[in-house]
Amino acid sequence: METLWPQIEAILAGVAKPARYIGGELGACVPEHGDGKVAWLLVYPDTYEIGLPNQGLQILYEILNDREDAVAERSYAPWVDMEAAMRAVGIPFFSLENHLPARAFDLLAFNLSAELVYTNVLNLIDLSGIPLHGADRTGDDPIVVAGGHCTFNPEPLADFVDCFVLGDGEEVVGEITALIRAWKTETPGTHPPVPEWEQRTRPALLRALSQIAGVYVPSCYEVPPTRPNGADGYGASFGDPGVRPLFPETPARVEKRTLADLGASPYPRRQLVPLIEVVHDRLNVELFRGCTRGCRFCQAGMVTRPVRERPAAQVRQMVSDGLARTGYDEVALTSLSSADYSGIEGVVTGIVDDPACSGQVAVSLPSLRVDAFTVATAAQIQRVRRTGLTFAPEGGTWRMRQVINKLIREEDLYAAVDAAFGQGWRRVKLYFLIGLPTETDEDTLGIVSLARQCVEIGRRYHKSVSVTASVGGFVPKPQTPFQWFGQNTVEELTRKVRILREAARTVRGLTVRWHDPEATVAEGIVSRGDRRTGAVLEEVWRQGGTFQEWSEHFDFGRWTAALDRVGLTLEEVVYRHRDEHERLPWDHLSAGLHRDFLWQEWRDALAEHGLEDCRWTPCYDCGACTGFGVEHVVASAVPPAGGSQGTGQDLATGGQVPVRFLQPAVGGSDRTAAASRGCPPAAPVPVGTGAGRGA
Amino acid sequence: MRVRLRFSKLGKIRFTSQRDVARMWERALRRAGLPMAYTGGFSPRPQLAFGPALPTGCESLAEYVDVVLDDGRPETAELDAERTAGLAGGFLPAGIDITAARVVDPRIASVQADVTSCRWEMSFVGLSRDELGERIDRFLAAPSVPILRERKGREELDDLRPSVLTIALSDPREIRIDGGTPTGAVELVADLATRPRGVRPVEVTRALCAVSPVPGGGTARAGEGGTLVLDRARRTQQWIERDGLRREPLEVGVPPAGSGRAVHDVERAS
Repeated sequence: METLWPQIEAILAGVAKPARYIGGELGACVPEHGDGKVAWLLVYPDTYEIGLPNQGLQILYEILNDREDAVAERSYAPWVDMEAAMRAVGIPFFSLENHLPARAFDLLAFNLSAELVYTNVLNLIDLSGIPLHGADRTGDDPIVVAGGHCTFNPEPLADFVDCFVLGDGEEVVGEITALIRAWKTETPGTHPPVPEWEQRTRPALLRALSQIAGVYVPSCYEVPPTRPNGADGYGASFGDPGVRPLFPETPARVEKRTLADLGASPYPRRQLVPLIEVVHDRLNVELFRGCTRGCRFCQAGMVTRPVRERPAAQVRQMVSDGLARTGYDEVALTSLSSADYSGIEGVVTGIVDDPACSGQVAVSLPSLRVDAFTVATAAQIQRVRRTGLTFAPEGGTWRMRQVINKLIREEDLYAAVDAAFGQGWRRVKLYFLIGLPTETDEDTLGIVSLARQCVEIGRRYHKSVSVTASVGGFVPKPQTPFQWFGQNTVEELTRKVRILREAARTVRGLTVRWHDPEATVAEGIVSRGDRRTGAVLEEVWRQGGTFQEWSEHFDFGRWTAALDRVGLTLEEVVYRHRDEHERLPWDHLSAGLHRDFLWQEWRDALAEHGLEDCRWTPCYDCGACTGFGVEHVVASAVPPAGGSQGTGQDLATGGQVPVRFLQPAVGGSDRTAAASRGCPPAAPVPVGTGAGRGA
Repeated sequence: MRVRLRFSKLGKIRFTSQRDVARMWERALRRAGLPMAYTGGFSPRPQLAFGPALPTGCESLAEYVDVVLDDGRPETAELDAERTAGLAGGFLPAGIDITAARVVDPRIASVQADVTSCRWEMSFVGLSRDELGERIDRFLAAPSVPILRERKGREELDDLRPSVLTIALSDPREIRIDGGTPTGAVELVADLATRPRGVRPVEVTRALCAVSPVPGGGTARAGEGGTLVLDRARRTQQWIERDGLRREPLEVGVPPAGSGRAVHDVERAS
């Protein structure tokens, strides 16, 4: 197909930030399409500035373009002014490299990192000129696929997305490519055992896709009508038939994919360097995937298990190659909890002492652990630009933190803050959640008590200090111990924000920031919605509700009106507690966690029992390791020194780690060797790999 | 050592802003491994100084940046203007090319402070060549041409007439702006003053609209006043005028004898 660039160029003078739409980043690949190649359009359904840095998308972009049988281009949601200009002159959604229309691709692949972007997904399918509903698409339409953390409950998008990928995407994109290539080119001997394959019908292709491990094709499953027979009058009982496969070869339960060895997958090698400023505008190097902290609210920590660390030598190599190639003067070592990387000290020292960095490179750990040791590390690496430090105690009281299993002691926090102010920082930011299970006003107000104490510690060092308490509303997420919890109402969250603000008013130096309770509840509608939620999304979109993550475009009225129209209520979808016997809309999908493990965790939460980090204790059998035949992979046999590290364990002296650890193979290469328990490494895993907080 | 570089900005990359271009340069110089001098303080930045901002969407054949190299580092002694340009040139994005370089006296004023006027080529659609010519004549004859300009979020009435030093239709045999210009585009050349405030091509467009009879008054806002639509704008030259002499920024501030070599015209590296 012809490039749309001349038409696009003609409208760019009239839109804000036109460079969002030109491509041309360092590291971008302008591929040549061809008959034998499967063409992917990788889409992040939010603005260019938010989407470009996404590491999951960049990893797949490289892997696909490195393949002989695939090409990949990228696109991001055009801002509302651009969309209006495009629709006015009939320009469809297009790619940034060759500026080709979305319909020129075999697959339209969305990264789903947040629920409130779902209406953008609908909008972009429509802007592509592809029928909105999967059921209306024909063989000529691209396959619409989605990956990322949100696919662990894909049901709200099941009407619009043809297939979902659960877990790590590195390997499965190749399998999908091979299948689609066989379908397109009728390669002999590659017929999967599905009817009508020779006729190359769309249902045959979807049926074949459903046989790839980790791929969920909603149209290959039957969803029984929701019979309100739970104890509260809502929800199907667990004993009822749930979502069932329509075909004998389609799996009844889809398991996520897991990349067993991160070290053997050294991507990305060519991180994109944008021409315009974006979020996280720096070199990003992924330290590890997975987290065993066990914070019960955190979906990312639950669905990415087990822990898989990259070898330290590889991390250092990726940093020095990346800095030389990109010209960035800042590198972030990313993961869900970077200070937990077992070789963190060595890696940090290696970067800071590297003469190539010549003292001008800033290193950041985006997720700091709460203890003084971590601050010392931070002081070492932020010699250059020392702005602010951020900690995430999440709960205001020890009781609350036991419920959510974020076992940070007050003395850990105060020691960390003391160290931070003592090392010259003037600004400290604290992350908290409100609306957590069993939360009382004492817990909520505990946030202000903690923050006030932090201000007082700061005053010992500086006349003027600033502490910001950033307060998010908790949204229960699928595949976590809190998936049964009835979310706080808009009114309750608003009340909690109010008492927080009142209590904080008298504390000089303390600022409270909070997230809009209405947006928190809208996120809740989608987070645990079932297939009926699709009609709600469609209605919100039809009423103009795109970019719902952006406060200037968010309108809660659209969401409540859509619920009314579809016949759902906030009570049913968001506010009520689910019981043990209710069938959940995502019960046919697995992140590897046993349902009874999650339920036990939920009971323990209500009983205020914390659970220690399983890297340094015997296995709790959550299912993540055993189910996939993989283990935690750590780079060092000794836990990082100092503090409880939020695990409740005394790790001050260090100790043996009962997990497999990486060893350099003979010859000093980065290949890992299986050790200790002797489990063979198994299958590889997420389309979305960006680190994120659970709420 | 202070090296002044002239560069062009052409094609798709014209949609990036002045700030974006500054960041591209910073990264390119770092990748080239040049021994840049840094500012002091908590947040050290490489010492780079750019000329007057080019509006987003405009092309240019004449942008300038001064790069300060750290004289305390041994690598600096190995470098001259040509080598600096050669090293940096390989790391700039497509559409940005160094076209000349020269070592300048570290004490001279910045390009930003020194430039007095810029030459622009602009192409328009919506009017014939004769109609545009008539607008230009009317503009030149007007004692003042007030237009509304936005400044710090507020609209102010400004007389654009004194800032337009020359303006004329291009020689039809020398249509210079290529690529992407729709058939039927007509072009003009104008010298626009940079003081007291720089004039932007969109404002010239607005002024040319304002001199035609606009229903309801003589003051035009963007998008009003006839069918004149700016298609492309390209800055082709920047001038520093002093004591009646007009020179381009590479011709001023050459260090005294010895290092006063002629301007190096740099071949495109890639």
